[in-house]
Amino acid sequence: MKRLIYEFSESWKIAVAQMQSNKTRSMLTALGVIIGIVAVTLMGTAITGIQTGFDKSMSILGDDVLYVSQFPWARVNDWWNYRDRREIKTEYAEPLNRMIEATPNSNLLLAVPTSNIVKNVKRGDNQVTGIFIQGTTADYPLISVVDFNDGRFFNELETKGAANVCLLGYDVADALFPGESPVGKEVQISGQQFRVLGVGARQGSFLGLFSLDSIVIVPLPTFKKFFSAKAESDVRVKVRDKTKLEAAKGELTGLMRRVRGLPPEKKDDFNINEQQAFKSTLDPVKNSIAIAGLFITGLSLFVGAIGIMNITFVSVKERTKEIGTRKALGARRRTILLQFLIESTALCIVGGLIGLTLAYAMCFGIGKAFPSFPVEFSFGLVLVGMFVSVMTGLISGFAPAWSASRLDPVTALRYE
Amino acid sequence: MEPVVIDIENITKVYVMGEETVHALRGVSLQIRRNEYLAIMGPSGSGKSTLMNMLGCLDTPSSGRYFFNGKDVSAMDDDELAAIRNHEIGFVFQTFNLLPRSTSLRNVELPLIYAGLDPEIREEKAANALRDVGLGDRLRHKPNELSGGQRQRVAIARALVNDPSIILADEPTGNLDSKTGEEIMQLLENLYQNGHTIILVTHEPDIAHHARRTVFLRDGLIESDAANAQQPEIERLAVT
Repeated sequence: MKRLIYEFSESWKIAVAQMQSNKTRSMLTALGVIIGIVAVTLMGTAITGIQTGFDKSMSILGDDVLYVSQFPWARVNDWWNYRDRREIKTEYAEPLNRMIEATPNSNLLLAVPTSNIVKNVKRGDNQVTGIFIQGTTADYPLISVVDFNDGRFFNELETKGAANVCLLGYDVADALFPGESPVGKEVQISGQQFRVLGVGARQGSFLGLFSLDSIVIVPLPTFKKFFSAKAESDVRVKVRDKTKLEAAKGELTGLMRRVRGLPPEKKDDFNINEQQAFKSTLDPVKNSIAIAGLFITGLSLFVGAIGIMNITFVSVKERTKEIGTRKALGARRRTILLQFLIESTALCIVGGLIGLTLAYAMCFGIGKAFPSFPVEFSFGLVLVGMFVSVMTGLISGFAPAWSASRLDPVTALRYE
Repeated sequence: MEPVVIDIENITKVYVMGEETVHALRGVSLQIRRNEYLAIMGPSGSGKSTLMNMLGCLDTPSSGRYFFNGKDVSAMDDDELAAIRNHEIGFVFQTFNLLPRSTSLRNVELPLIYAGLDPEIREEKAANALRDVGLGDRLRHKPNELSGGQRQRVAIARALVNDPSIILADEPTGNLDSKTGEEIMQLLENLYQNGHTIILVTHEPDIAHHARRTVFLRDGLIESDAANAQQPEIERLAVT
């Protein structure tokens, strides 16, 4: 055992000396690994970034909110079974809330209706297009993840009175009121003047998915007055305990069937959606991006590994006589194998460290230059990067090291 | 009578080189006792190198038996042979075979690393061995900072450091001028005087004359095996 440790430390010393005496060659070989590690690591950061982006987008939906909608969020193959469904009406919220209140120990807390439509929002000559206009009630802040720090949400009175008031998402406010607070000022939607009551806190967006930064919220009666045509509605129901989501779903299904007046023999003609359903449709997409990306960047690492293997073969060839001498002096096969494995691994570790440093710098640069681009450099990534480097060294060094360890001492000593 | 260190019985070595079968050794028997000074001579192609490889446990015979200190090494595997070489045999090569980028001390330490000795003990033993060959002031020098004779002394120190049963010197003066060569031979003579067993492989009669016994090989067989005539001038030098 002690002998193995000494052989190990000896091999490290040889490896370092070898790199020092062949600086150019070692650097060029390591470059292959450096490029490979940079590529794989950046891909890794991008993948974790995408993951975080997705999760963040999902969290906007709320993990304790059920969405009663006309159609399922997940893709379906039998769309014809769904096309005749009746629309979801915002009025369902009222009977739902009554029934929730009447149910002892209900898993549900509160139903809030929303109605959505896409419109342009103007302020004077400035215009932002494709904005989600959402009509809802004063209860909305209770189920939403958005904070309205600047200003306030509309109240019961403004809702009932169908007042022309609105709340702006962060990006809408930023586009129409650059560098000033929009609170108290007016915007125009479909020719109607709306007074801005508040601005949502910034959510950030990813790939344009569900950003609450680009919506405008108005009271539901106001919405109905101006935008009811072609609007899509749903009812959002907050769950009391998110660990009992399934029970809550079951309860809500029962309530909705009563609201819809469905006889027992009829199937549900609505869907209870939640964040998870969305995730399960998006996960395969995300995973295939990750796999394809890692495969392509992995190829560059593979090329680097071939370089290491090549240079280790050269090194074995050049030092055949040295191997013979070492064997004559008592080096066993294992000793020689270890020596060359450590040489190739040392190259890869140097390459890996430089590669990770470069990748870190690049991530930092990208993060500074494009704050919206999701890159995330983590400690786990460093561990994985170093592990990959070491494995690359071991795998690519094995064939040459094995051939060195098998050399016949007589032949090796005679080699010139 | 000193105990027998090397006992080979009727060993042969057959190489197949392409179509041809080469009988490098055709049945050689030899006994070498402790504290002998033996020269193996012979023209090229006589099987001299093959015999040296056998004696040095670098190679195994095609047939016959080889006992080293009573142990049968003819059937050992690579790693067992490596252990025998490490503990029992000190090699001195014609081309010195030092590691070019390592200091004298590190070169001499090498067999001790393979033997698994602790670093402090390694360094002490290696330094002592270098002092014994007169290089106490060259411990931190690399081979390219040393003369040919000094390099061969480092190699001899390396051969000695594990306190081996035999020292196997293959043309130790082949790459040295005659004066330096003579110094190296004197060093080997001293080692012999101090009780070491030395096997010298050479094709030069002058060098072989330093030994006490000469084995002459021809065509894979021992042609002669006889004690050398005493050389008073060497004895005289050795005493001083």
